[in-house]
Amino acid sequence: MSHEVADRIEIRLAGEGGQGMILAGIILAEAASIYSGKNVVQSQSYGPEARGGASKSEVIISNGEIDHPEVIEADILVALSQEAYRKFHKEVKPDGLLIVDADKVKDADERAIRIPITHLAFETTGRQITANTVALGVLVGLTGIVERQAIEKAVAARAPRGTEEMNRKALEAGFAAAAAVKK
Amino acid sequence: MTVQLMQGNEAIGWGAIAAGCRFYAGYPITPSTEVAEILARELPKVGGKFIQMEDEIASMAAIIGARLGGLKSMTATSGPGFSLMQENIGYAAIAEIPCVVVDVQRLGPSTGQPTAPSQGDVMQARWGTHGDHPIIALAPVSVRQAFDLTVVAFDMSERYRTPVILLTDEVIGHMREPVELPDFSKIQIFEHKVTEPPEEYKAFRNTPDGVPPLVPFGQGYRYHVTGLLHDELGFPTQRIDEIDPWLERVNTKLDKHIDQITLLAEDAQDGARVGLLSYGCTARAARHALKVARARGLKVDMLTLYTIWPFPEKQVEAFGERLDKIIVAEMNLGQLAYEVERVVGRKKVVRVTRANGEMVTPQMILDAMEG
Amino acid sequence: MDDHILEAHELEKHEALIPQADWFNRSETLQKLRKNKKFPTIWCSGCGIGVVMGALIRAIDHLGLSNDEVALVSGIGCTARMPVYMDFNTLHTTHGRALAFATGLKIARPDMKVIAIMGDGDALAIGGNHFIHAARRNLGITALVVNNAIYGMTGGQYSPTTPIGGRATTAPYGNIEPPFPICELAIAAGASYVARSTVYHALELDKFLAEAIAKDGFSVVEAVSYCHTTYGRFNRLGTAADMMRALKDNTIAQSAYERLTPEEKAANTKIVRGKFLDVERPQYTVAYDNLITRVQGGEK
Repeated sequence: MSHEVADRIEIRLAGEGGQGMILAGIILAEAASIYSGKNVVQSQSYGPEARGGASKSEVIISNGEIDHPEVIEADILVALSQEAYRKFHKEVKPDGLLIVDADKVKDADERAIRIPITHLAFETTGRQITANTVALGVLVGLTGIVERQAIEKAVAARAPRGTEEMNRKALEAGFAAAAAVKK
Repeated sequence: MTVQLMQGNEAIGWGAIAAGCRFYAGYPITPSTEVAEILARELPKVGGKFIQMEDEIASMAAIIGARLGGLKSMTATSGPGFSLMQENIGYAAIAEIPCVVVDVQRLGPSTGQPTAPSQGDVMQARWGTHGDHPIIALAPVSVRQAFDLTVVAFDMSERYRTPVILLTDEVIGHMREPVELPDFSKIQIFEHKVTEPPEEYKAFRNTPDGVPPLVPFGQGYRYHVTGLLHDELGFPTQRIDEIDPWLERVNTKLDKHIDQITLLAEDAQDGARVGLLSYGCTARAARHALKVARARGLKVDMLTLYTIWPFPEKQVEAFGERLDKIIVAEMNLGQLAYEVERVVGRKKVVRVTRANGEMVTPQMILDAMEG
Repeated sequence: MDDHILEAHELEKHEALIPQADWFNRSETLQKLRKNKKFPTIWCSGCGIGVVMGALIRAIDHLGLSNDEVALVSGIGCTARMPVYMDFNTLHTTHGRALAFATGLKIARPDMKVIAIMGDGDALAIGGNHFIHAARRNLGITALVVNNAIYGMTGGQYSPTTPIGGRATTAPYGNIEPPFPICELAIAAGASYVARSTVYHALELDKFLAEAIAKDGFSVVEAVSYCHTTYGRFNRLGTAADMMRALKDNTIAQSAYERLTPEEKAANTKIVRGKFLDVERPQYTVAYDNLITRVQGGEK
């Protein structure tokens, strides 16, 4: 039914608390709004614990008005943990896109695109914490949902001081992985 | 100003700054805490003051005290804290001290579900304290409107000498939307003007518009403020001839300005026999359902209430008169539906309710429309 | 310091000091009473609260404060009715919350003298949390606690300062709860100035109140009083005059107390009167003004 409202793309980013998926949602939303001039609604939910547990971030992107602020049936799901995948994979459109961390989500639908996102993050920057930035590179690289420049600016603007280069590399690794899948 | 991606709670903080709020007292509680955090950071920059009190009762008391000291004041909380504030909200109502109380509604009752949204405080906002008194409650539907209605809340609280409840919810409070805030220097808030000399000043005088001007403490206009029934000077009284005119004024003062206080949006369609009525985050689900229904060829009207209290009887009555069925969607078990039923009759009202921490979905509303 | 305080019985010997019929109108001090409010007060005849009000007025007058720069904030109870009779900025609030309202007012107007007037139930039971936190913050408010060890207005229920064994309508077999020592609590919580006297030692109250109001910090004056209407009657303590006399007989000046041997101190059952604390600590509104200066100076 979300399709019945024109021009509405629903993205859900999910993982364990502490994997930075909520921040990834905010960065994607900023890339789409501040750096692309589109309308967005970003929201999140998380358990009471600061680390662990399932956390999700939702971004809805449109050129028009966005009414219902939550995902109805996702166009895109990015899942960085088995628990997150289990919880949300059923709420993806039949023709929707599933992106999973190949190492963390062992049990996934056939149509899921498997990329070792966390491993790539560690390999590229030496820090698993940059997995959320890698995921954004994969997501934008595969879908073109925002311009590459927009996500680059949004990542740079949100990167803590001193980590800009590390995050730039992580984003680039994500784009590279997406390009490899597309071939 | 540039476009920023902002949470509803942040927008409320900026709305307060823009409206000239210079005192905030609060107690941490999910999902309202961001309002306190932004004001703790921003108020000192503009010479304002922030204090984290020992509880919500004290927070509500402190903002009343600060407003009497001359600073526009606000607090923010959620369900359990809102319950604790009720006695002093009643005090602000009877003593006619302007103040803004933000309630970011979460799922109750009791501790409920701190991170889950709800609209379960609709009736608490109206009748939470003991006794009868008027109150204003405003419910934003977007992040930008959270900013706007915070400014409006300050203006109305000053203009009508009443506490104003900004009755928002976890969805609006925590979601982010791109907003471009207006130039703060262009925002004007009502200011009290006193013409009489101190010896003639009566803080609770009967005025034609029902709202006597308020002069802060320490400016030569010494008067008494009390939660007891009082006379025009503020002194406690048990004389019916003094109590009755006062009660009459206080309980009708908002009625005299009801057209200015009533904020809503009507989206009418020729030939519609069905209407949606909603507010806050649920109005977003309803608007989505409205668009889908119209795309499917159905004719549907919609009334979005921004002013919840005083209940917009006149507009809802007119809405009910021209429609056969009104679907009231809300995240509680039908609190505002009671009011709609009171005005348009029970037979016309279909309730779409949910009180488990999940939003009412557009599908639920569509089902009610087609059912 | 109690040496130069005239005791009430001495006062009686000095006829020249006893008010004449037109004293009220001649007294500049008593012009601080409200003229646009009709008396009498709600207090029972013989009540000690009026004595505290007199002391408060004299203290404010002694400090040369104008009526405009003083705000009196009270909660609920017999004592909390005091502000309405005085011509200041007066705020009579909800039960227990005087200090919380006063907190907002003081922060909005640091230049004003904000005095919170509370009874023992108001200040220490329902308002106990506000009491310790106002003290902890060292907010520049004076807390005047009139301690009559009972809820008088509601008819004599036991309070957090009712002595063990004292009878009240809600302690018909005698109170079993230990009382709060108000001054010790205030000291532990972080107050800057703490003193205790009684309504019998009215002139001593004047002095303590003047010092407390002048203090830039959280100051507490405990004014020990009595309720002959409830507590006195339930516990067969006699008339108001008898209870007033008991305050004279059952209290001891701090200076005298200090001269007691350790054994005598341990055996002492009398209420100690005196100034127990007078220290300089950073006052909240000064600290907040400093914070504003730092933030506006660009500190992050």
